[in-house]
Formats: sequence, structure tokens, C-alpha cells
Amino acid sequence: MKTLGFLLEKEFRQLLRNRQLLRTLLLAPLIQLIILPLAADYTVKNIGIAVADNDHSTTSLRLIEKIVSSGYFKLQGYTASYHDALGMVEADKADLALQIPAHFESDLVREDKKQVYVAINAIEGTKANLGGAYLNSIISDFNENVRAQWQVGSASTGSPEEAPQVSVASSNWYNIFLNYHLYMVPAILVTLVTAMVAMQSAFNIVQEKESGTIEQINVTPIKKHIFIIGKMVPFMVLGIVLFTMGLLVGWIGYGIVPLGSLWVLYVSLIVYLFSMLGLGLLIATYSGTQQQAMSLSFFFINIFNMMSGVFTAVDSMPAWAQAIVTTFPPSHFIKIMRAVVLKGSGFSDILPWLGALAVIGIVLNGWAVLNYRKTS
Amino acid sequence: MITLDNITKTYNKGTVLAVKDISFEVKPGELFGLIGPDGAGKTTLFRILTTLLLADKGRAMVNGFDVVKDYTKIRNSVGYMPGRFSLYQDLTIEENLHFFATVFGTTIKENYALIKDIYQQIEPFKDRRAGKLSGGMKQKLALCCALIHKPAVLFLDEPTTGVDVVSRKEFWEMLARLKAEGITILVSTPYMDEAKLCDRIALIQKGTILSVDNPADIVQSFPGDLYAVQAANTHLLLREARAYEGTETCFAFGDALHVTFRSGVADGLLAHLKTRGLDDATMEKITPGIEDCFIHLLKN
Repeated sequence: MKTLGFLLEKEFRQLLRNRQLLRTLLLAPLIQLIILPLAADYTVKNIGIAVADNDHSTTSLRLIEKIVSSGYFKLQGYTASYHDALGMVEADKADLALQIPAHFESDLVREDKKQVYVAINAIEGTKANLGGAYLNSIISDFNENVRAQWQVGSASTGSPEEAPQVSVASSNWYNIFLNYHLYMVPAILVTLVTAMVAMQSAFNIVQEKESGTIEQINVTPIKKHIFIIGKMVPFMVLGIVLFTMGLLVGWIGYGIVPLGSLWVLYVSLIVYLFSMLGLGLLIATYSGTQQQAMSLSFFFINIFNMMSGVFTAVDSMPAWAQAIVTTFPPSHFIKIMRAVVLKGSGFSDILPWLGALAVIGIVLNGWAVLNYRKTS
Repeated sequence: MITLDNITKTYNKGTVLAVKDISFEVKPGELFGLIGPDGAGKTTLFRILTTLLLADKGRAMVNGFDVVKDYTKIRNSVGYMPGRFSLYQDLTIEENLHFFATVFGTTIKENYALIKDIYQQIEPFKDRRAGKLSGGMKQKLALCCALIHKPAVLFLDEPTTGVDVVSRKEFWEMLARLKAEGITILVSTPYMDEAKLCDRIALIQKGTILSVDNPADIVQSFPGDLYAVQAANTHLLLREARAYEGTETCFAFGDALHVTFRSGVADGLLAHLKTRGLDDATMEKITPGIEDCFIHLLKN
């Protein structure tokens, strides 16, 4: 125990002495936390639309007006032919081309139905998807309004064949306004803590290998597990400091205050850091140089960031991918973070995820210790 | 104090032989030298004896403890200075020394007497980071750190490689003082001239021991007479001397040739050289050095 104290004294002395590294470790993630949620926003606005109105009726004008006033669309062109509108999409001046056919109004009145044609530039998938969906809902809304007006106007004639429609009213729980910051900030904070802790702990241990100091340590009576704990504690502390600073940025910058208890959050954080430090340690046992450790950890960090549900929902991945993702510590901690921060979940709600983290942590650390014994 | 019994070690799953059937003994209080060229297997032996590496075969004891079973006891009682500087470059002289003292459960003060002579030379720079020290100072600091827990056995792996001549001389004087304190020292070096400063030496080459004895006896065992032959045209001299029928061995040592003859004594080489246009050739009988013995042993 006394030896651990001396090791920690040494580790912190080295860590605090490396000012440049310390600054990067703590400031770079905070800068990212301020910038990334602003950029990683799913709300699609300013979709350029080109309209080819072949009808020029009051109804078609009202439809266009309704589309533009929704706030999502910007009328980039009002063209005479569908060909011209599509030309604007091809020239990248508009994202959508909408064709309102001739006799739109009169056919709608007479035949009770009329099709409009929409062409979407699908190069940017999200924008195309959401743009199309927005437009669809606006048009169907418009459709209902128009019909409702006519029905009021011709109430006496009444149309018995008009079946009552089922309408779905949805409300967003836990994040009423679908505020993406609320959703993204906790997840991005997790990715930042992940990168810092897993990579730095691996580099730090490999550095001792590279400089040969681990040889000198190995001929002292220091026990291996004490040495490993001595390496883990500083990065655990650093991770907690970074996480705390991140929560403060979330509060000051985005007004995000965790609904759940900080106690639950920090206990989960410590379990999470334990498992990620296990990964760092494992990487270190398989790497002889910092360059090797760098490429190995980059591989993991990249996969974690793309697959752990930060940007895309894990539930919509194929089954095999979901099975793999359950072994990723960040996927569980992101769920815990979102549940505690947005929903105010307590221990009983997050227990399965917390348990998974603990199991992964024990496996990774055990593996690392076994491999460390074998190689030295 | 140190016993090796048929130690064999291979690398890369047995394909590379590092040391083979090495056996020798170092007595308590002895300054024992492991002499051999780069790649002879010296560092492998050090790593086995300091419990950093497991031998494939054989047994080794250090300070009465088995290197495999009692490795923790060995780690408490030996000091090891690896060939490469392996202290924390971002810690100062004093912090390094303090750290290694504490992990051995002692203090600088407690064993200061042992390192005083060496530490005093670097003490003026004690707040300087180890990475910023000169080669000689790094070496002194490494020795202090290896000594700070008053080890019974000191392992020094090529401590003077890359160190200037004056510092090398100083270093061997320090070793003599440590020996006087009763510390058993195993030191390796590729420099043959340092061999005569040891009590006993083992000559090692390609993983096998050629000879173990005290330097004087090794020199004594050199068969026949050795002659130094010199001439201005060294290139022609080497060619002619080697071609001469009476020559047994002939090696270039600096600007002279060291020659032995089949007959054991000098014969007509000088006269032969004169007929080949080497009029300025001179020859004198010399006492063989360790290097001559080493080359002689290599040939057999």
C-alpha cells in the first residue's frame, strides 16, 4: 500500500510536469464539446425547393405558400416547366423539385384527387430523407385542410362515403422539443472521455516499455498489480475531472442539468472508466511502441464512435452488429448517460447496463493482466 | 554468490540460440567480468539472473535464491543497471533517486554512505531532469539508483559503453571501492582492456563460455610467444605475413600485427619480409593481452 503511494506520487509528478499534454488532454475535449453538438444537429433547415407550377391557380399558390412558410424550405425558383426545376436540382441550386400539374385545382375539385410530383436530390441522404418527409406531411396536411374547407362549404350535400380518418397525435417524452443538444451533449461527452482515458493510459504504459523504465521497475519488489493500479488511478482521476468539466460545459453552454442524481452518474462513470482502462491496459500489453498502441486504439475509438449509438440508433442496426455493440463499453455508458440526464433514471433502471459494464471491465482487465504476465 | 548451471536460452520459439549450457560461479565479494563482443549473449545472462527472463533450461541462483522460485527475494537484494539508460527522463536526479529508494522501502539518508562518493559528483545538478544530463552523469545516477537499497549483488550490463576514456577509468575506480564495501559485482563489457581490472573473467562468444579464470592466468595460458610486427606499409605487411609459411596466426592490432609462429618462437619472418620490399619491418616479443587470448580461444 505504501508502494502504491510512492508510485502515485511519481505518476502525478510526471503528469503535472507535462504541461503541454495536460492542457491538450483537458482543454481539447472541452473545445470539442462546445463545437460538436452545434454542428452535429439533425434538424434540417434551408432545404432549397424549385417549383414548377403548371396550374397557376389559387390552390397551387396556397400550397406553395404553405410549404415556404413552414420554415424548412427556401423557394429557390419558380419555374415554368418541370424540366427547368429539375435543371436547378442538377445545378445544385435546389434540393427538391416539385411539379404541380396543370388543372391541379380544377381536377382536385372535380375528381377529388390529383397527384403532384416530387423529385429529390438524394446525394445527401439525411437531407433528402427528411426533406421528402417534411414535404409529404405538409402536402397531406394541406390536402386535409382543402377538403375540410370544401366539406364545410358543401355541408348540405355531405359525402357519406367519407370515412372517418384515424389520426395519430404524438408527443415527445423526456425531450419535448426534440432538442438535439440535449440528446447529443451527453453522448459526445462520453466519446471524449473514452478517447482520452483509453488512449492515454495505453500510451503511458507503452512509453515505460519504450524507454526501458519498465525493466528497472521489474527488478524492484513492486508487485505487478500495484504497478497496474498505480497506472490506472491517475487516468481515473483525469477522466473524472474531464467528465465534471464536461457536465459544467453542458450546463453553462446548453443549459443541460441532469435530471437524475449525480451520485448515480459518477458511480456509473467509475465503473465505465474501469472497463475502458482495462481496454487501454490490454492495448498496452499487445503493443511494443507508442505507434502500435496509437493505431490499435485508433481502430477501437473509431468503431466505438460510429457504432455505440452516438449518431445512429443501435436498435436500427442489423442483429449481428447489435450483438457486437453489446460488448462495447461506450454503448452502455451512453445509454446510462442519456437515461440519467434526460429521464432521471436511478440505479434500478440502469442496472442491466451497469452490470454489462462491470462484466466487460472484469473481462478486459483480467485478459490484460494475464497477457501482461505472459509477455514479461 | 551467483551460480549458473547449464543455462540455455533461445528466442523466437527456439530458432535463435542466445546462450547455450552456460555454467560458472561468482564468489562472494568478487568483481567478475563477462567479456565478449556484441551479440555474445551477455545481456541475456543478465536478464535471466535479474529475474526478467526465464531460461529454457538450467538453474541459476543469486544470493542463495533460485531465479525462478524466489524471484521476489532476489529483486529485494540485487541492483541492476541495464545497458540502456532506463530511469525516468522527466524526473530530476533527486526524484529518481528518491523514487527508487522508496520502492525498496528505504531512504536516501539511510544508505547515503554507500553512494556518497558517486552522488557528490552529480549532486550540484540534483534538480536537473535526468533526460537533460550528459552521458557520464546519467551513468553515475543509474549506478546510484542501483545501489540505493544497498544490494548484496550488483549487476552492471555494459556500464562503460559509450562513455569517454576518463569517465571509464573513474567508473572502474568506483567499482573497486564498491567491491571493498563487500558488494559482489557482475559486470559485462566489450572492452578487453577492462578485463584485467576484474578479479576473474568469463570470455563469452556466440552464447558459449570460452574460458573462466583470473585475467593473469588467462594470459599465462597463452601458448607460445607473441610478436608485434610493424612496418610503414601495413597493407602489404599483413598480406606477406599471412602468406609466410611459418606463420600460425596473424591479426592486425592498431598499426601493429600480432603474430604467432608454428615453431612457437620467432623465425625468419623478418628476413622474409625484407626480401619482399618491407625493409623497415621491425619485430619484438610482447606479452599477450586478454584480446590476444580471446582471439586464440576463438580459433580453437
